[in-house]
Amino acid sequence: MAVSAVNLQSLKKSKDLLCIVILALIAILAFISRLLSVVRFESVIHEFDPWFNYRATQYLVNEGFYKFLTWFDQVSWYPLGRVVGGTLYPGIMITSGIIYKVLHFFNFNIDIRHICVFLGPVFAGLTSIATYLLTSEVCTKSAGLFAAAFVAIAPGYISRSVAGSYDNEAISIFLLMITFYFWVKSVKTGSSFLAACTALFYFYMVSAWGGYIFIINLIPLHVFVLLLMGRYSKRLYVAYSTFYVLGTIGSMQIPFVGFQPATTAEHMAALGTFGLLQIVAFASFCRDQLPSESFKTLLKRALIVIFIIGITGFIVLQRLHIIDPWTGRLYSLFDTGYAKKHIPIIASVSEHQPTAWPSFFFDLHILVPMFPVGVYFAFKKLTDENVFIILYSFTAAYFAGVMVRLMLTLTPIVCVTAGICMSYLFDNFLGYKKSKATVVKVEETEEVLSGNESTPESPVSPKINSPKINSPKMTNSPKIHNKLKKSEHNSQKQDNSESPSITFEIKLIVTLSLLLVFCMYVWHCTWVTSNAYSSPSIVLASRNRDGSQHIIDDFREAYYWLRQNSAEDAKIMSWWDYGYQLAGMTNRTTLVDNNTWNNTHIATVGRMLASNEENAYELLRKHDVDYALVMFGGAIGYSGDDINKFLWMIRISENVYPEQVKEENFYNSRGEYRVDDSVSPTLRDSIMFKMSFYRFKDLYPNNQAFDRVRGTTVYSKPIQLTIMDEVYSSENLLVRIYKIKKPDNIGRSLQSAAVFNSGRRRKRNRKSRKYKQQKIDD
Amino acid sequence: MSSTKGSSSTTEKNEKSDIQILWDNYIENTPGKYKIMDSYMAFIVMMGVIQFVYCFIIGKEPWATFLAGFISCVGSFVLIANLRIQSNPNNMKEIPKITPERSYADFFVCSVILYLFVISFIG
Repeated sequence: MAVSAVNLQSLKKSKDLLCIVILALIAILAFISRLLSVVRFESVIHEFDPWFNYRATQYLVNEGFYKFLTWFDQVSWYPLGRVVGGTLYPGIMITSGIIYKVLHFFNFNIDIRHICVFLGPVFAGLTSIATYLLTSEVCTKSAGLFAAAFVAIAPGYISRSVAGSYDNEAISIFLLMITFYFWVKSVKTGSSFLAACTALFYFYMVSAWGGYIFIINLIPLHVFVLLLMGRYSKRLYVAYSTFYVLGTIGSMQIPFVGFQPATTAEHMAALGTFGLLQIVAFASFCRDQLPSESFKTLLKRALIVIFIIGITGFIVLQRLHIIDPWTGRLYSLFDTGYAKKHIPIIASVSEHQPTAWPSFFFDLHILVPMFPVGVYFAFKKLTDENVFIILYSFTAAYFAGVMVRLMLTLTPIVCVTAGICMSYLFDNFLGYKKSKATVVKVEETEEVLSGNESTPESPVSPKINSPKINSPKMTNSPKIHNKLKKSEHNSQKQDNSESPSITFEIKLIVTLSLLLVFCMYVWHCTWVTSNAYSSPSIVLASRNRDGSQHIIDDFREAYYWLRQNSAEDAKIMSWWDYGYQLAGMTNRTTLVDNNTWNNTHIATVGRMLASNEENAYELLRKHDVDYALVMFGGAIGYSGDDINKFLWMIRISENVYPEQVKEENFYNSRGEYRVDDSVSPTLRDSIMFKMSFYRFKDLYPNNQAFDRVRGTTVYSKPIQLTIMDEVYSSENLLVRIYKIKKPDNIGRSLQSAAVFNSGRRRKRNRKSRKYKQQKIDD
Repeated sequence: MSSTKGSSSTTEKNEKSDIQILWDNYIENTPGKYKIMDSYMAFIVMMGVIQFVYCFIIGKEPWATFLAGFISCVGSFVLIANLRIQSNPNNMKEIPKITPERSYADFFVCSVILYLFVISFIG
C-alpha cells in the first residue's frame, strides 16, 4: 500500500504538470490563432467602435487618468459635444493604459497601438484558462481541458477577439467566465473571501461592458432557483449576500452606471433576491430555535405579511417613479418586434438582428449537438454548480437566439457543456478496463479532489464513471452520492470481470469518430477565422483573377486625404457609422458617431441626407458643415454602402421628423426601392442619391453605367449637384467627399448661380422647373 | 424582521407564546460572543432604518452619501452575519473548509473592500 501511495503521489504530480502544460499550450494556441488578421492584413485597429476605444486610450495615456475621467470631447457630436468620461465603460482603456505604464516602467517602449491590437488575443488566452477553471469546478479536470480547448478556437468568440478588434467584448468574456468561476466556487465553499473576489471581478466587468446586466440577473436567478428547490444553505447566504453588497456598491463607482443599481428595474431582481435571502436566512435561524410545529404556523403568517408588504412596496415605488422602467434595449430582448416599431436606431444595427439558424452552426460547429448532451449530464447530477450551468445554458441560448451579438455570451457556456459531454464520453470509451490499477487510482483521486472529498485511499476500481452506466437512481446530495459510489465500487471489485463491458471494437470506433469530429472542428474554426472574422473591415480584400490577394484600401486613403487637405476645425458630415473612424483617423470634428446617445441629432443628419438640395443646404449651413462624406459601393460591389443603409436612415429620421421625411416617398410607383430609371422622384432629389451617383456614369462608356451592388443600371439622366463640389473620390469610388459651397456672394440661391454659370438663361430654367414640378404633381 | 412578526400575531395567545419560546430558547442557547454580535447587528439595522427614514422624510440629496451610508450598514450587517455563520462550530458540517480563524481573515478582507468603496463614494 505504501509503495502504491508513493507511486500515486508521483503520478498525480506528473498529471498536474501535464495538465498545466496542456493548459498553457491551449492559451498560446488561443493567442496565436487570433493573429491571422495581422498576418493577412496588418497590425491595425478594426471596424468602428475599436477606433473610438483606441482614441480614448491614447487620450488616457497622454493626458492622465483624471483628465480622462472628466474628458469633454468637443470633436464629436458637433455642436453638442460629448461628456466622454461619463458615458463610456472605461475598463478596456484602463486595462491597456495600465499595461502600457507597466511595460514602460520596465523600459519596454512599446507603442500603445500594439497594446491595443494585441489585447484581444491575450485576453482570449486568459479566457481559456478561466473556462478551464470554471469547468473543472463543476465537472472534472479533463472536462475543463476540453472546454478550454473548445473555447480557444470557437468562432463565436474569435469573431470579437481577433488581433485589432479592440472592443469591450474582447476583455469582458474573460471577466464573465472568471466571475462565474469565483461565484460557483464561493457557493461551493461558503467563503466570503471568494465571494469578495466575485464582486471585484464583477466590478471590473461593470467597468468594461454593458453586458454586466447578464451577470447581475443570472446570479440572482441561480440563487432564486436554488431557494425554490429548497436548497437554501448557509454557504449560499454567505456567497450571495457578500457578492451583492460589495458588487453593488462597486458597480456604482463607474460614472456611466452611477446610481442605476439602486433605481432601475434591471437591477431590482438582484435586490429582491437579496431581500428574500435575508428573510429565508432569518427563518432558518428561527427554525433552529423552535420546535417545528409552532415554527410552521409562524412561518405561514410571516410569509403572507412579507409578501403583501413586498408587492405593495414595489407598486408604490413604481407609481412614485422611484424605480425606472426598463430601457428600450432590454425590452427588445423580450419582444423582438419592439425595437423595429419604437427605436429604429437599435433595430438598424446588424448585430442587433435576430440570429439566423445557420449562424449557430457557423459559430459553434460541432459544439451545437454536444451542447444539449452536456446539459443533460448536468441534469443527471444536480449539484448547486450544475444548476448554475443549466440556468446559464438556457438563458444564454435564448438571448443568442434574439440577438446575433449575444452569440458571444452563449459561446463559452456551450464550450463548457461540450467539455463536460466529451469528458464523459471519453471516460467511458477510452477503456479503463484494460488499464492498470495505478492509472485508475490517479483518476480516482482526481475525481475525489474535484468532488471536495479528501480521502486518499479510495477503493481501487476499474471504472470511474460506472454510476453513469449502471448505477441505481442517484440522490441529490453529493455526499450521499459519493458514499453510494463507494459502496458500489466495493461491490464491483468482486464481479470485476463479469460486469457488462463495452468491447474494444466499439471503443475504437467511438474514439476514432470523435477524433475525426475534432479534426473537423479545428478545420472549420481555422477556416472561419481566416476567411470570415479576420477582416479589419477598414481594409477590404478581394482576389485578382490569378488568385492573388488584392487589397482595397479606400477608407484610409480618403481619411488620410481629409487629414491632409482640410482645415483643422473642419466639420465633416457623414452617417453615424463612420463617426468613430473619422474622429480617429482624420482628427476632424464629426456631427454624429457610433455612440448613439442622441437620437434626434442622428435623425437630423438622416434628414439632411434625405432632403433635396435646397432644404439640405439650409440644414448643412446651420450645422456649419464643411465636408460631406458618403460611402458608395456601386463601382466595386461593396454591399455595406450608404445607399443600402439609406432606408434605415430614413426610418430613423421619420421617427423624429414625421412631417419632413416619409419612407413611402422613397419607393417608386411600384413600391420598390430602385436606383435605375424607375427611381422615385424624392429619392432622386435627395442629396444622398446625388452624392452617391454624381458623375458615376462618366466612368462607363456610352451610358452603360451599372451598379454592382444593386445589380441594376443606374438613373440615366445627368445628376446636377449645385450646393457642393466633389473634392475627392477614392480609388474605387468607395468613399466620396464633397465640399459644401459657401453661400453665393451676391445673394442668389446656389441653384440659380449654377444655372447662371452654366450659361443658360434663367427664365427658361424657371419654366423647365415649373414643368418638372407639374410632372411630379401629376 | 421580528417586529413584523410580532404585529402579525397580535390576536392569538398561542402564537405570542411561540415568540416567547423563541426568545427564551435564544437567551438560553446562544453563547455570549454571539449575543454581542447579534446586538451589534440589531444596532446596525437601527442605523439603516434611521437613515432610510431620514431620506424618506427630509429628502434624498445628497443621494450618493445616503447610498454610501445605507449600503455600509447593509454591508456590515451581512459581513457580521457571515462571520457569525462561519465561526460557529455547529456549521462546520455545512461549511467544512472555513475555520474560525479563516473566517476572521475573510471578514477583515471583505470589510476593507467594503469601506474602500464606501469612502470613495461618500464624497
